[in-house]
Amino acid sequence: MSFLLVFAIVLAIGLAAFVVGRQRARAQDDGTVKPHSRAHYHGWWAFLTGVVPAVLFLAAWDIGASAYLNSHIHSSLPADVADGTVAHEDLSAGLVKSLASGLRKLDSQTLATLPSTFTELQPMLAAKGVALAPDTQDYMIPIATETNSVSDRLGMISAVVSIGLALIGVGFGLKGISPRARARNNVEKVMLWSLLGASTLAILTTIGIVLSMLFQTIAFFEKVPLTNFFFGAVWDPRFAAAGAGASEGQFGLIPLLAGTLYIAFVALLVAVPIGLMSAVYMSEYAAPKVRAVVKPALELLAGIPTIVYGIFALVTLGPFLRDISAALTGGTPFIQAQSILTAGLVMGVMLIPVVSSLSDDIITAVPRAMRDGSLGLGATRSETIKRVILPAALPGIVGAILLTASRAIGETMIVVLAAGVAANLTLNPFEAMTTITVKIVNQLTGDLEFNTPQTLVAFALGITLFALTLVMNIVALYIVRKYREQYE
Amino acid sequence: MTDISLDTLTASAARPRRDIGLKKRYAAERRFRLYGVLAIAIGLAFLAVMLTSIVSKGYTAFWQTTVTLPINFDEKIIDPSNKRATDPNVLITANYPKLAEQALIEKLGIDPNNKADVRKLKGFLSDSSRVQLRAIVAADPSVIGTTRNVDILAAANLDSAFKGQIDLDVPESRRKVSDQQVEWMNKLKAEGVMAEHFNTGLFSYGASSRPETSGVGVALIGSFYMMVIVLLLALPIGVAASIYLEEFAKKSRFTDLIEVNINNLAAVPSIVFGLLGLAVFINFLGLPRSASFVGGLVLTLMTLPTIIIATRAALAAVPPSIRSAALGLGASKMQMVFQHILPLAAPGILTGTIIGLARALGETAPLLLIGMVAFVADYPKTPFDPATALPVQIYMWANEAERAFVERMSGAIIILLIFLMAMNIVAIVLRRRFERRW
Repeated sequence: MSFLLVFAIVLAIGLAAFVVGRQRARAQDDGTVKPHSRAHYHGWWAFLTGVVPAVLFLAAWDIGASAYLNSHIHSSLPADVADGTVAHEDLSAGLVKSLASGLRKLDSQTLATLPSTFTELQPMLAAKGVALAPDTQDYMIPIATETNSVSDRLGMISAVVSIGLALIGVGFGLKGISPRARARNNVEKVMLWSLLGASTLAILTTIGIVLSMLFQTIAFFEKVPLTNFFFGAVWDPRFAAAGAGASEGQFGLIPLLAGTLYIAFVALLVAVPIGLMSAVYMSEYAAPKVRAVVKPALELLAGIPTIVYGIFALVTLGPFLRDISAALTGGTPFIQAQSILTAGLVMGVMLIPVVSSLSDDIITAVPRAMRDGSLGLGATRSETIKRVILPAALPGIVGAILLTASRAIGETMIVVLAAGVAANLTLNPFEAMTTITVKIVNQLTGDLEFNTPQTLVAFALGITLFALTLVMNIVALYIVRKYREQYE
Repeated sequence: MTDISLDTLTASAARPRRDIGLKKRYAAERRFRLYGVLAIAIGLAFLAVMLTSIVSKGYTAFWQTTVTLPINFDEKIIDPSNKRATDPNVLITANYPKLAEQALIEKLGIDPNNKADVRKLKGFLSDSSRVQLRAIVAADPSVIGTTRNVDILAAANLDSAFKGQIDLDVPESRRKVSDQQVEWMNKLKAEGVMAEHFNTGLFSYGASSRPETSGVGVALIGSFYMMVIVLLLALPIGVAASIYLEEFAKKSRFTDLIEVNINNLAAVPSIVFGLLGLAVFINFLGLPRSASFVGGLVLTLMTLPTIIIATRAALAAVPPSIRSAALGLGASKMQMVFQHILPLAAPGILTGTIIGLARALGETAPLLLIGMVAFVADYPKTPFDPATALPVQIYMWANEAERAFVERMSGAIIILLIFLMAMNIVAIVLRRRFERRW
């Protein structure tokens, strides 16, 4: 029986228990004893006692069963395959698995008289619309049928046990119904635990991010020395021909890191003055009517997906800058269509609303009294802003800039489209440079073979990026929070 | 006596005022104000330029040039040896483009024996005529032997020329349409046979190597699946987490850890979520690549912090008097939260959710890593089938060289922006209508 069917049956049992439980609780309320909980809480409690243990068992069994089947297949592969490389063994196991699921489509009569060679079997499967890899071997057929029967047996056990658990649980829940039973407290306890569970998902995600990247990164550093990655100035990860194993490549982080920081720097040069000035103008000068129109318009910039910025840079701004530079020198353009300048400019514009909304919050948090004091002493508004408000808001603004910088470093689509893919080391902003995020995308799109340094390096890059932005975010959040407390 | 005092008075009045540089300071003030206006103007100008450039490049994608031709479903071409009763393959493999070509030859009045002219017709009509005419014959085989008017798509280059996007002053050898083709095009245009129609194909076709038959159909379905998954997972989990943190959690190390985590996750680069999805969902759990289900899971993890932060703000905005009143009337804490606080916070939660969804809809980078960059021509029937997403489709078209794909790409961006704008407007309206000031 399939997982979903058993799940549906368990759920149906639970719902039936809910109805019966509510009914029973109502029937028991004859007015002599004041009931502790309202009737539907008794129903829900019966539902929970039935469904929760059964579903937990079902999920655990399903995970265990698939792990067991996996090891079962691996152990029944012939010795020469199992002794081969890990990749080869995995490939064979994968073939067995797809063969097994293909066999499920055949009717029982055909299965009883299954041919022993794949060449005979293939047309029968093809007739059912199952396409299999041509390198499926004959010896895999008995393993596949064996796997199917084992998985059938495991499925049967899980179905019987979980339905049994559901019934026992429901019985327990229904039996406990009495006017003084504390059904509401029980139900609420379960709810509280599930709320807690939902909130731990944030921690699980972080752990998942770190662990998933860590394992692949360790695998990468087993093949490539740390110094090659962290101190190498050349990025040239030659892709190995399929199946030819890992060839030597150069995985120097430095050109990528330099490109990332350079582009982020250009972006900040654009975003910080413009964002800060517009936040200042908006909070100190603009009439309410102007503010009501201009502020949402600027926020529109934040709502536009980054791919749109990237395409604008690629299709419009890049060629435009190239043509302008060509016109200036009268021939050869000195700005390339994909350049640090283009990517930085567009990314800077993307970050304007980030800077302005963060600094808007910080500027309005400066107490009114400081402003009034300065104005009362005869300072002009701009003097008040420059000499009183901005210095007072400085730590917060530094935090905001750090947060913005971490956004700039992690930005992907703009640089993928506008910055180029060549890993140069240059100081000329009119040339192309590439970034960490571009290389992650490059190494992981298209057909890929896992366990080669060429793909694993993406995870090493990813964890570098994660660590970099994490440190910036933590410092920035610390500064912002600390600063806020000052005036409260 | 009074004279002297008057004297000193006039003298002091006549003395020039101490120069405190007011003029300079006011000039500085005006300059500063100008900088502010300039900053805002630059931002808005960039927005305007960007939107205009995309709309001006893309609005033509919503029209497609077709040629209405009287197609003679000639038995001699479709089924020359008259075997279709016994061999169904005949109707599938027949030379349908030839039918369209013949109709065009007749329409233009070209001598069918003039090989040079006939060769110039190549690339006038889209190759999709094969699929289109085959579908007509398959639906109703009795059409063979009759003549019927059919709208055939023009090839992408002719479509561009018809829309006036190809500069005809460029020497013939350096452009993609020949002078002869332009002449025929103008003739058909004058007759009203060749015309632009609203391009429904842009919304229904999947991936294709021919620009005129490629569209965002598959991408729209993929994006729809992902949005449904994000909504079904992120909203309940996000609300549950916020309720716990805002209403139940006592301040402890553990809840501090959760808070720091959520704030950090909100700032983690989106591409890192793609790496997580690749390593955990695809490699470890063995879920299929390119599936919108995996995309939905990745986007859920990415959207959760946004929803949690918005929901917590909405919950915190409900005044404590509501809580005290509910508890005072004998409600349990759980009842208070679910029956009183949550309904009052619902508009704020919904607004935050819609904004989170809008961001997820426009997100590209993590989807590239889980294999959504795929050439998918068939509609995905379930979320586990290969699909693409709207922004990923845009990215794929950005890598194509042909100008017709750039047009489609800009059209797809317009579609994406319209969706995003609609979502944001709904969020703003919700906030305006239901927001309560306590």
